[in-house]
Amino acid sequence: MSPTLLHLLYNLSPLALIGVAVVIFLRARQTPLWGEAFRRLARNPSARVAMAVIGIYATIGIADSVGWYDATTQERRTVIDAIFERKPERTYSAPLAEMTTGEAKPQKIREKHILGTDSIGADVFYRTLKGVRTAFQIGGMTVLIVTPLALLLGLTAGYYGKWRDDVITYIYTVLSSVPGILLQIAMVLVLGKGIIQICLALGITRWVGLCRMVRGETIKHREREYVRSAKALGVTDMVILVRHILPNLLPVVIISTTLGFSNLVLSEAILSYLGVGVPDNVGSWGNMIDAARDELARDPVIWWNLTAATGAITGLALSLNLFGDALRDAVDPRLRS
Amino acid sequence: MEKLLQVDDLRTWFRTSRGIVKAVDGVSFDVAPGKTRAIVGESGCGKSITALSILQLVPEPAGYIESGKIHFGGEDILERSWTDMRGLRGREIAMIFQEPMTSLNPTRTIGWQLSEAMTVHGKDAPAARARALELLERVGLRDPNAALRQYPHELSGGMRQRVMIAIALANRPKLLIADEPTTALDVTVQAQIMSLIKELQDELGMAMLLITHDLGIVSEVAHDVSVMYAGQVVEAAPTRDLFHDPRHPYTQGLFASLPARNRRGKDLMTLDGIVPDAANWPTGCRFAERCAHRLDACSAPPALHGSGTHRQVRCHLPSAMEVTK
Ligand SMILES: Nc1ncnc2c1ncn2[C@@H]1O[C@H](COP(=O)(O)OP(=O)(O)OP(=O)(O)O)[C@@H](O)[C@H]1O
Ligand SMILES: [Mg+2]
Repeated sequence: MSPTLLHLLYNLSPLALIGVAVVIFLRARQTPLWGEAFRRLARNPSARVAMAVIGIYATIGIADSVGWYDATTQERRTVIDAIFERKPERTYSAPLAEMTTGEAKPQKIREKHILGTDSIGADVFYRTLKGVRTAFQIGGMTVLIVTPLALLLGLTAGYYGKWRDDVITYIYTVLSSVPGILLQIAMVLVLGKGIIQICLALGITRWVGLCRMVRGETIKHREREYVRSAKALGVTDMVILVRHILPNLLPVVIISTTLGFSNLVLSEAILSYLGVGVPDNVGSWGNMIDAARDELARDPVIWWNLTAATGAITGLALSLNLFGDALRDAVDPRLRS
Repeated sequence: MEKLLQVDDLRTWFRTSRGIVKAVDGVSFDVAPGKTRAIVGESGCGKSITALSILQLVPEPAGYIESGKIHFGGEDILERSWTDMRGLRGREIAMIFQEPMTSLNPTRTIGWQLSEAMTVHGKDAPAARARALELLERVGLRDPNAALRQYPHELSGGMRQRVMIAIALANRPKLLIADEPTTALDVTVQAQIMSLIKELQDELGMAMLLITHDLGIVSEVAHDVSVMYAGQVVEAAPTRDLFHDPRHPYTQGLFASLPARNRRGKDLMTLDGIVPDAANWPTGCRFAERCAHRLDACSAPPALHGSGTHRQVRCHLPSAMEVTK
């Protein structure tokens, strides 16, 4: 298959993702629980701001996933590349500066750089944008690994109890007594650098919190009257778990997943900062922060690289947290504290 | 006549931190095809646990059936495996619970839950949906078509109990176990729900095991009554006999002041004194503490006189024993 065609086919995955999201949203809106929750969300100003910000990030991430094959460089170019990529420039030019500073003979800067340039003369704004897709990839893929695992183990332990509960509780108690960051570093060192590897490393410890919660909720629901009625009708345990109890747990699972997502974005930065994060050739806020670690000590101070990366992380994590909290309030007003 | 359900010396116990709670401790009764047996007794005497034992749905892991026999249609169903029991539940024996507010799954539509009751036992989905509509009509929902798509919280308690009845009867069971089906409802709808159950019982010709506090309902609906006290049956008789001539001091206490025709809507009287601790039953008669006619003999456990006949009394008093002669 020609690379041109192949790279066009790559565009199907972001489109499919959007399609799935829209379908899930529309179907959820039909149910009284979520329909009501969405209406409440839409009335909540801070949720609206958070959703707008997340929307902007998501748009950037998607624009960075839609692309084509560039025959001259023989590489994939995305919409973001086409719009925001700048030619290599002099290193450490300040945001919007026209002339370099800190040199005996100031040099002219060819293009405007909203956030200046970094140590190798790359546009900081462009690099910041390139971090968005990576953040979503890591957050999303880890959630996809963690959530099914946590659900499977949590539901099993909570519903069946006895030896299954003992085994699962034992595993996660041990896991949560080991410092997570050490386990993650060890995993990356064993598996090698790469996005999937990081997701696995993050996933190995991240399922514990959700699993514990799902187990607790399942124990509560196992004793509910509707479960007893289903049993009295001859419904199998498997069906009771998946089609009766699970739908009742979805709100808590979704809320905790949203909050966990923002946590993952931060964790990626920490791992990259420690030098065990994503490879250098993909955009990453953690790598930017890592590169900027001694720039603050320079004279004049190079503050824009660090500020851009930190700002981008904080903006996303904060909106996700705000959204998660608003969602919690919207789904169950009784949980409002 | 051949009995549909026969419970023999059933013991259902719980392992708890206080020791073994003998919630049901030697209960026997039977239900004839198409007939109704009521079980009455104070709160906590083991009525619900008896009912759950029949379906082998005793709350796990604390509860277990210690011993006894439960014959249904001639077969000892305690011998059945968990999987084999599933075929019986909801198809041959259905159950209606006390709490219509919480007995339906809040995240599923009425139609879904009603259909599931049938698809579980092999009906195909379109047929189940069609019958679901028919059933909702039959139990008297005003707009059955709309109700199919509604969620439990959109219905009133009475409507929900009607839905529960529709679900229980979806597979035309031979036996319906109704555990206080009207207790949680408004007084105004209690009578409607009870007459609906009665009507459907006659229509389907099914037998019923009815647990209730309402002596009015007992006198109107039940053919036989078993009176439970402290995990045991203390008296059992055809309804008329029991109302006219209660023999056990406990039964007499319950029925005390009320003439039979005046008992509609009246709950069982509460007696003075408290029920002994189920983890530590007295060695003698369990009612002795509260009994006005106490004898020396009462420190030994009384036998169930007339066991196997239709008039049974568990008491040392000569007057109580007489009836069985
Ligand atoms: N899960 C449990 N663990 C321990 N003991 C239990 C449990 N469930 C029930 N019991 C015991 O069984 C006894 C009988 O309970 P049951 O629910 O059958 O009473 P009941 O006759 O149905 O009362 P009510 O009229 O209030 O419904 C209770 O007094 C309690 O001591
Ligand atoms: Mg009860």
